Amino acid sequence: MAGLKRRFVDWLDERLGGGSIEEFLRHKKVPIHRHTIWYYFGGMALFLFVIQVLTGILLLMYYRPTASGAFESVQFIMTQVKFGWLIRSIHSWSANLMILIVFIHMFSVYFLKAYRKPRELTWVSGMLLFFIVLAFGFSGYLLPWNTLAFFATKVGTDMAGFVPFIGKWILVFLRGGNEVTGATLTRFFGFHVAVLPGLATLLLALHLLLVQRLGMSVPPGVEKKIKEGQEPERSMPFFPNFLLRDIMGWYGALGVLGALAAIFPWELGTKANPFGSAPAGIHPEWYFLFMYQTLKYLPAKIFFINSELLGLMGFGIAGAIWVLVPFLDYKTGFGKVTRFFTGLGIFALGYIIVMSVLALVG
Amino acid sequence: MRIMKRSSNINRRARGCVIIVAVMLWALNAVAAAPPKDSCIACHSTLPGQYGQPAKLFSADIHHQVGLSCADCHGGDRNDDSMNAMSPSKGFRGAPTKAQIPEFCGRCHSDPSYMRKFNPGLRTDQVSEYLTSVHGKRLKQGDSKVAVCVDCHSVHNIRAPSDPRAPVYPTNVAETCARCHADANYMKGYRIPTNQYALYKKSVHAAVLAGGDTSAPTCSTCHGNHGATPPGVSSVANVCGTCHAMNEQLFEKSPHGAAFAKMGLPGCVQCHSNHEIVKPADSWVGTDPKSLCLTCHVKGDNGYAAAQAIGGGLDKLKAAYHDADAVLDTAERSGMEVSSARVELSSAHSDLIKARVAVHSFNAADVLKITNQGVDTSHKAYEAGIAALHERNYRRKGLAIALIAIVIAISGLYFKIRQMERST
Repeated sequence: MAGLKRRFVDWLDERLGGGSIEEFLRHKKVPIHRHTIWYYFGGMALFLFVIQVLTGILLLMYYRPTASGAFESVQFIMTQVKFGWLIRSIHSWSANLMILIVFIHMFSVYFLKAYRKPRELTWVSGMLLFFIVLAFGFSGYLLPWNTLAFFATKVGTDMAGFVPFIGKWILVFLRGGNEVTGATLTRFFGFHVAVLPGLATLLLALHLLLVQRLGMSVPPGVEKKIKEGQEPERSMPFFPNFLLRDIMGWYGALGVLGALAAIFPWELGTKANPFGSAPAGIHPEWYFLFMYQTLKYLPAKIFFINSELLGLMGFGIAGAIWVLVPFLDYKTGFGKVTRFFTGLGIFALGYIIVMSVLALVG
Repeated sequence: MRIMKRSSNINRRARGCVIIVAVMLWALNAVAAAPPKDSCIACHSTLPGQYGQPAKLFSADIHHQVGLSCADCHGGDRNDDSMNAMSPSKGFRGAPTKAQIPEFCGRCHSDPSYMRKFNPGLRTDQVSEYLTSVHGKRLKQGDSKVAVCVDCHSVHNIRAPSDPRAPVYPTNVAETCARCHADANYMKGYRIPTNQYALYKKSVHAAVLAGGDTSAPTCSTCHGNHGATPPGVSSVANVCGTCHAMNEQLFEKSPHGAAFAKMGLPGCVQCHSNHEIVKPADSWVGTDPKSLCLTCHVKGDNGYAAAQAIGGGLDKLKAAYHDADAVLDTAERSGMEVSSARVELSSAHSDLIKARVAVHSFNAADVLKITNQGVDTSHKAYEAGIAALHERNYRRKGLAIALIAIVIAISGLYFKIRQMERST
């Protein structure tokens, strides 16, 4: 068995060239310190993304992206297809879990200042991946074509219409017309299974390449202590030590997903009726709640300007600042931790949590 | 150069003319738009009590809103500021007596060519209909206590019947009739009950109307409005059948239809009462002590057997429906997808409604045919619910096995890492 493995690795080395894979795996190290736990969230997000891809492919075999067939096909998957309920429930739960893990990964990277020089591009590619994950959530939510999804998409795409000058064009582009119809469903299906996966794969490859190229970042506080000799520099090999720990986490995630799918199968609701009235208490998915609640608090007009437009502009500027943080907080790269950006991160996290809770209880 | 100067002068003059014409047109328009003079309103609105009240109320009146004035009903000259405006020579008619009111209103409301100018869809037979009513007949006999147009529609602030503030708007009709009909003192001498309003308020019809359904019956729906007459024994079923058509047809064809007519019993009212029409219960049919069938039928007769069979059929369907509903509820609470079974069960509910209507045929075979169909459908939905619960249990067992396998795998990895790191 060992001989066969050796021969296979040699065979690969001979063809791929550029040094031994084994060598690469042996030399890749993961730092050990009191914040090591946060390193696992990136791998967890990747694992959940793979689950999404696999379950998504299986769902594709039965799903029909038309207004007349979408709801019925998901109903068929949930009731008639062997283990269809499991695949669909895992796909939906895993999507939500992935977004949660991506949020945690993003904030852990932010607070550990892992975006500092020379990892600016890793942060930017990660942020773009984060936006793509949100777009995956938004586009996938409509696909079962149920009442809640229909009206949430209507409200969500209405928001796009508030963008100055090109808002109307974006709205028509997203909806495939002026209203949310079967054309919107087909369009969102295209985004969800072709455009977004393509973009995500490219960005993921870049993100992982940068992580491999630059290695894991050690937080400035820990780095300082190591330099001053107050703490020893410790690490573990990525393979197999770190990877085996990663796999333990993935098994755990699989167990949680299975339990959620079996005990709380993802609801299907009622089929969307474009001529019906919106159900009471309609709200977007939990990861958009903080924006939704903010817009709810704004008055109709602020200085004669539509408040939705102002709200969207505010979030646009905040998002842009967030993406550009490595360049704005460039001093951290030279070992000077700026309290302002730590405070900004705490404010952003607090704001998201408080607004989401208010939306859920209100 | 000179030509250019002259042309500029002509332009200036033309512009001046246009401005003058525009100002004149504006002034003419302002004069035309001003409200016409109305000396009746001008004087009466300053008077106290009964002489001033009509002028104050009139702005809310539908007649005022369509451009009519006091003089259009009462005659006289509204352009004359002197007392001469109310001279008979100016066509002044004054206030009509109560007995004159129907004809007074009918001068316009019975004239189709005049009414067409305001509301082409409005009927013009109200007065002739009124004269066929008990109110109209008694008025002709000299009874001045009976209702005339203004008693129901109000006077000087008459609103369209579609206006929710109008006394004849569906939700206000019962209160309007009750002003007289529920007043025992006022109705003394007519020898008719005065508890109709109190009974009606307890009825299912009043509850539906209060719930906002303005098509639900009120007094005028059954008794008519202008031609208000109590429906006689023979016409009760026709009145109820206007809305409850199926029930009426089945009843008429049933053995009860002919028997009730022969005995002079009012069809629907016999079981459902007239004003206090409460929501019917399934216990009214059958052989329970509450059953209305037992009012006439006794053990051993055909009616008793039919009542027993019909009551039993309804009970069986209700029990089967409730069992299936409970199982599907449990399955839904467990997150199982049972919407197809729900759709199926809704047809059993339709069967229950159909069976309740079919009761009016008093034919056990017809009712049982429907209830048995509903029972079968309920059983199928129940089986689907039970299958969903089995599936739920199967999933949970599968989850337990998968979780055990996952815990073993995680433990194995943990020990492998420990062993690996100890050896290095």
